[in-house]
Amino acid sequence: MSILLDRDTKVIVQGITGRMARFHTKDMLEYGTNVVGGVVPGKGGETVEGVPVFDTVKDAVEKTGAEASLVFVPPPFAADSIMEAADGGIRYCVCITDGIPAGDMIRVKRYMMRYPKERRMVLTGPNCAGTISPGKALLGIMPGHIYLPGNVGIIGRSGTLGYEAAAQLKELGLGVSTSVGIGGDPINGSSFRDILERFENDDDTAVICMIGEIGGPQEAEAADYIRDHVTKPVVAYVAGLTAPKGRTMGHAGAIISAFGESASEKVEILSNVGVTVAENPAVIGETVARVMGKAA
Amino acid sequence: MDIHEYQAKEILSGFGVEVPPGALAYSPEQAAYRAREIGGDRWIVKAQVHAGGRGKAGGVKMCEDDHAIQKACEDMFGQKLVTHQTGPEGKGIYRVYVEGAVPIEHEFYLGFVMDRSSQRVMIVASAEGGMEIEEISAEKPDSIVRSTVEPAVGLQEFQAREIAFALGVEAGLVSQMVRTLMGCYRAFSELDATMVEINPLVVTGDDRIIALDAKMTFDDNALFRHPQVAELRDKSQEDPRESRAADRGLSYVGLDGNIGCIVNGAGLAMATMDTIMLAGGQPANFLDIGGGATPERVAKAFRLVMSDKNVQAVLVNIFAGINRCDWVAEGVVQALKEVQVDVPVIVRLAGTNVEEGQKILAKSGLPIIRANTLMEAAERAVGAWRNDLSQATRMRAVT
Repeated sequence: MSILLDRDTKVIVQGITGRMARFHTKDMLEYGTNVVGGVVPGKGGETVEGVPVFDTVKDAVEKTGAEASLVFVPPPFAADSIMEAADGGIRYCVCITDGIPAGDMIRVKRYMMRYPKERRMVLTGPNCAGTISPGKALLGIMPGHIYLPGNVGIIGRSGTLGYEAAAQLKELGLGVSTSVGIGGDPINGSSFRDILERFENDDDTAVICMIGEIGGPQEAEAADYIRDHVTKPVVAYVAGLTAPKGRTMGHAGAIISAFGESASEKVEILSNVGVTVAENPAVIGETVARVMGKAA
Repeated sequence: MDIHEYQAKEILSGFGVEVPPGALAYSPEQAAYRAREIGGDRWIVKAQVHAGGRGKAGGVKMCEDDHAIQKACEDMFGQKLVTHQTGPEGKGIYRVYVEGAVPIEHEFYLGFVMDRSSQRVMIVASAEGGMEIEEISAEKPDSIVRSTVEPAVGLQEFQAREIAFALGVEAGLVSQMVRTLMGCYRAFSELDATMVEINPLVVTGDDRIIALDAKMTFDDNALFRHPQVAELRDKSQEDPRESRAADRGLSYVGLDGNIGCIVNGAGLAMATMDTIMLAGGQPANFLDIGGGATPERVAKAFRLVMSDKNVQAVLVNIFAGINRCDWVAEGVVQALKEVQVDVPVIVRLAGTNVEEGQKILAKSGLPIIRANTLMEAAERAVGAWRNDLSQATRMRAVT
């Protein structure tokens, strides 16, 4: 079984009646994702793309047995929706929403801690493209056809740069076990380290490819974890060599504000623990292929 | 979003943080008048710009009479203040803040930040105020006191007391210090700030704890629920192109290079800039037009990129995922017909329906340089720019 998500995972979409959410619900269903319902307060009883809409997450979980949710709720209400999922018995939540206040995310993270670890929801995102286990299920907004099934595990902060990597792998005939978007926000649900741990323990994953960028401590924290705990080969690319200090580069979290947060420093930190760093984004696929050739 | 010192002080004093008596002025005469209103015999005239390091750059002047105040203001108004934080272009001075001088016994550093490691608000304090925090961490790292705030209950008084004692605040002043810390935290959390910095926070000769300087930065994503904060935005302190982009929902950062970039997605945009550099060029900008890449957005992006006079080639790199390359290509063609673009345009499309997209670009009759991979696109952009440059040089040589 893949990490986080499988063919049978029952999925609900929070905010399913929105234009984008409808579009992607259809897309996910066509991909084969087991979407069993949606949640929009006050719209319980309606259907979208043939799946029932519920007023609350608790209702949806009770009636459908949903285990995973995709949050498409606008920024002012998204934190509330994530907490509702955590409280409603959802096991894995992906939040797509871009623009959630950082203070709200701090509260969400704290709120999730109130559940014991074995019942605690896993959150990836916000501000991400989602998670896909190619050939099995897609929980997000990425184009499914650019991913071949395979044994490369991808973790990335950026959506389209992750697509770029997956497409390069496909071009070389290489496939992906699972690709997880951890999102571009400063306060996120899961870090590189969290997902590295899952890939390390995942039989379907042979090589891990992490795509980082400027800003924040999570690439450096990942390096510590890789040094001490990861036995599988890791390939990395870090975007933002040309990014000036102190400026936010699109993603709210992509800002160099402290030592160790620039791309070149992160490259050095990762190289020092044995990670193979792709020098430029055009050779991410090749670098993975080279490392796999050595590993095989 | 950044705000001015005087605005930060007004906000913080509303939360119980003591600040010196001060007033804002838009002209030298008004500044002198404000000083008389404040009273006393020594005043500080401070340029209001969105940047630190004002003192060393000549943006803070101590004055002892009307004449000195007017002179200080005349030297500031309309000028660009260049500090180590502004970049060489500096920030325009259009407002000054006049404050009564206070006798300083001791200076502290106090900062509240979003700590991304603990994912909590962190308080950073030091008894070595007056220096910037980077200098303090380099030179006196042991003087730094840190404390993180449990988000469910907020900052507790015992934490504030611990910080006060760790900084060596006299017992009689601890409660004032606690009030200052609690006030800053409440302002930070209630108004969705991402940074509050008081440097220096001083103990005065008459035993008061006063914020001599104040800086606040707010979470852009939370401005929707703080209209009173959003109103404090001062566009004169922003790069005009960046403000225009922000108003149009595009994410743009101007840089020094000459190859303009139009990309969908922030990570891919940074990666594209990096590839340009590796191919021997310099990016003129960061620009993320978002996932959609509709014709309207592409046209807006071209207008924005072309408004930078340094741009000598434009690289469009779109990874069409959910949308399709043919549709993006139509958008590019339409945009190029609408917007006057007199430099080479390199387009790289990838993803869904890429062949159809290429066909549309080829059939358009426009002089678009096409590329298949990211590296090819960057190399062609750099090549086109060099070619253009050498042609221009040749022409100049002929004439």
